[in-house]
Amino acid sequence: MQTLKDVKCGQSVSVVKLHGEGAVKRRIMDMGITKGTEVYIRKVAPLGDPVEVTVRGYELSLRKADAQMIEVQ
Amino acid sequence: MAIKIALAGNPNSGKTTLFNGLTGSNQFVGNWPGVTVEKKEGKLKGHKDVVIMDLPGIYSLSPYTLEEVVARNYLITERPDVILNIVDGTNLERNLYLSTQLMELGIPVVMAINMMDIVEKNGDHIDINQLRKDLGCEIVEISALKGTGIMKAAEKAVSVATRNTSAPVHKFSPELENILEDIENMLDAAIPEEQKRFYAIKLFERDDKIAQTMKVVPKVEDMIKKAENALDDDSESIITNERYGYITSVIGKSYKRSARGQLSISDKIDRIVTNRILALPIFAVVMFIVYYVSVTTVGTIVTDWTNDVLFGEIIPPAIENILVSINCAAWLQSLILDGIVAGVGAVIGFVPQMLVLFVFLAFLEACGYMARVAFIMDRIFRKFGLSGKSFIPMLIGSGCGVPGVMASRTIENDRDRKMTIMTTTFIPCGAKLPIIALIAGAFFDGSAWVATSAYFVGVAAIVCSGIILKKTKMFAGEPAPFVMELPAYHMPTVTNVLRSMWERGWSFIKKAGTIILLSTIVLWFLMSFGWADGSFGMLEAEQLDNSILASVGSVIAPLFTPLGWGDWKMAVAAVTGLIAKENVVGTFGILFGFAEVAEDGAEIWGQLAGSMTGVAAYSFLIFNLLCAPCFAAIGAIKREMNSGKWTWFAIGYQTILAYAVSLCVYQIGTAITGGGFGIGTVVAVLVVIGFLYLLFHPYKESTKLTVNVKKTAKA
Repeated sequence: MQTLKDVKCGQSVSVVKLHGEGAVKRRIMDMGITKGTEVYIRKVAPLGDPVEVTVRGYELSLRKADAQMIEVQ
Repeated sequence: MAIKIALAGNPNSGKTTLFNGLTGSNQFVGNWPGVTVEKKEGKLKGHKDVVIMDLPGIYSLSPYTLEEVVARNYLITERPDVILNIVDGTNLERNLYLSTQLMELGIPVVMAINMMDIVEKNGDHIDINQLRKDLGCEIVEISALKGTGIMKAAEKAVSVATRNTSAPVHKFSPELENILEDIENMLDAAIPEEQKRFYAIKLFERDDKIAQTMKVVPKVEDMIKKAENALDDDSESIITNERYGYITSVIGKSYKRSARGQLSISDKIDRIVTNRILALPIFAVVMFIVYYVSVTTVGTIVTDWTNDVLFGEIIPPAIENILVSINCAAWLQSLILDGIVAGVGAVIGFVPQMLVLFVFLAFLEACGYMARVAFIMDRIFRKFGLSGKSFIPMLIGSGCGVPGVMASRTIENDRDRKMTIMTTTFIPCGAKLPIIALIAGAFFDGSAWVATSAYFVGVAAIVCSGIILKKTKMFAGEPAPFVMELPAYHMPTVTNVLRSMWERGWSFIKKAGTIILLSTIVLWFLMSFGWADGSFGMLEAEQLDNSILASVGSVIAPLFTPLGWGDWKMAVAAVTGLIAKENVVGTFGILFGFAEVAEDGAEIWGQLAGSMTGVAAYSFLIFNLLCAPCFAAIGAIKREMNSGKWTWFAIGYQTILAYAVSLCVYQIGTAITGGGFGIGTVVAVLVVIGFLYLLFHPYKESTKLTVNVKKTAKA
């Protein structure tokens, strides 16, 4: 299973499924990362975490631990 | 009859600017009852009977963040006449997500699409008529920054409210609509027709906070399970997917994005500012400027002027002259001058520096850099249960803890903010430096390691507290997802920056001022009255050892014997540190028989060195560094916590930690330096073991928000 955490900078992927549950999952979905959404990995923070992605036309940052919950292709 | 408009929208959508534009100076700022979320209310310009309620900036009406729960409780229980939904036109897709939820509430919605000037400049096009038809609500194009269209939006909201038609709602996929309809039919008949869809959706999402508010909760679990199996997802995700699916279909028809190849200005800035190599140096430079201007130069100059000139040479002598000329009693003179004027001075003295800092904070927040601060620093701070934004309070705290604590306002997450407030004052502030100089000079030949170790102890206290506290009951209940928008950079307006500065400064004076003033007066009384020459009365400054405070000091002094400084003089000095930490040195001076001593107390080094051991002195230093901060900082903590319980918890925690650490330093230090092994050493070792357990025992982060806003909202 490939997750958003494994994707390199500068690549675009499509969301397959969100794993996990509760507050974090809901938050990620509320921010627009849902099934089938295109996500572009823009950059990684200077200290290696979190990552910045472009989703639905805006910039979002999320931690790698949370990115791991997002299955992509 | 008064009309209530609720202003709702995403963070960074220009909501504050719109609110300021609509209400002008006609605002009341407070907090939502029982929580630290800010509450703003105002009257629409030119309409005395139209009240605008500024809801917290939110992305959704989920039950997981404090802001969201506060906002939706207001919408459900208070039921405003109309919702004015501000939507960022440059970020339409995600902004409409909240709109779909607002439209379900059965309250008329007017949508104000903001930043239309930027949308046009980008060459994008929004077909308003098409959007109006698809969403089924009134839409007004505005630019909150330029003020265009905002009155039209407000007037539209007023007219819709008086017409009292409830907003029509969108439709999801047929399978889901069938289930929702079934749930709607099972609902209590007491629920009004226009609110049924909202309750049905919340029940389907298994939102227990909404279920608790319902008198009759229909059993729908089987239906949800069936739907979840059929659609292979949990019910919350099904709804979210459906919402975004619906928005995509709406936008497809009405939103035309120009073919844009090149990067926007904001993208270009961001490429440099959060660049992997440049980000940290740029961050360091920005922080240096903030610190240099607001703490080292401008801030200190104005603070010193207020403290030394305004409240030193101008006001007190002037008032003294008046009091003397009217033959005022000596005790009343002292109360007014040393109690009240000094107390007011203590409050006002912090304000100029704070205002300078608040200008920076407002600018950094409004331009979008603050979100990048969190992005850059998150990795370090989240390990200790803090936010990346906690860096700024701690940095400022090394100058003065009061603005440091106030700077925590920029942290959105409630848990991170409380943790930051509790730990910021562990960093040695400017006023603690004289104590460090005193101890270093009297006991350690002025060695530099004393000051260095003080900062090290401060940082260690923050790190350990973060780790320990995030596992406690007080904090474990709060989920802290870090899924954060990085808003586009833009230049804030001068009015918005100044307004934000003034609001924060004023709230400090109002909320923190009273507690600072009161505490100063009480302590003034304890210090200036006592039994001298056989009778109770007011004392001269040199007679401090006869004061009530000295008696209290002798009673509590044994408490500090295990820390190595059971002398009442030390206890009294530590207590006077509550007024301002540098007072500790002055108090020692008086108690050792000097009316005035130098800032580092050089005159009393000899006597002090004779009264206790080096280890005890270091224990005294540690206690003063970590224990409850000065009254001004306590006032700031009270202001930011907005809760007596949390304030006491913070102060109590700080003092207990200070006690425990000083105890270990003294007892173990004495054992090592040849003082022998005793019961105290055993206790100290036990404390260390307990500390290590708290530090390393496992815990699990909760996924639920435990704060019950419903209860507090009624209070």
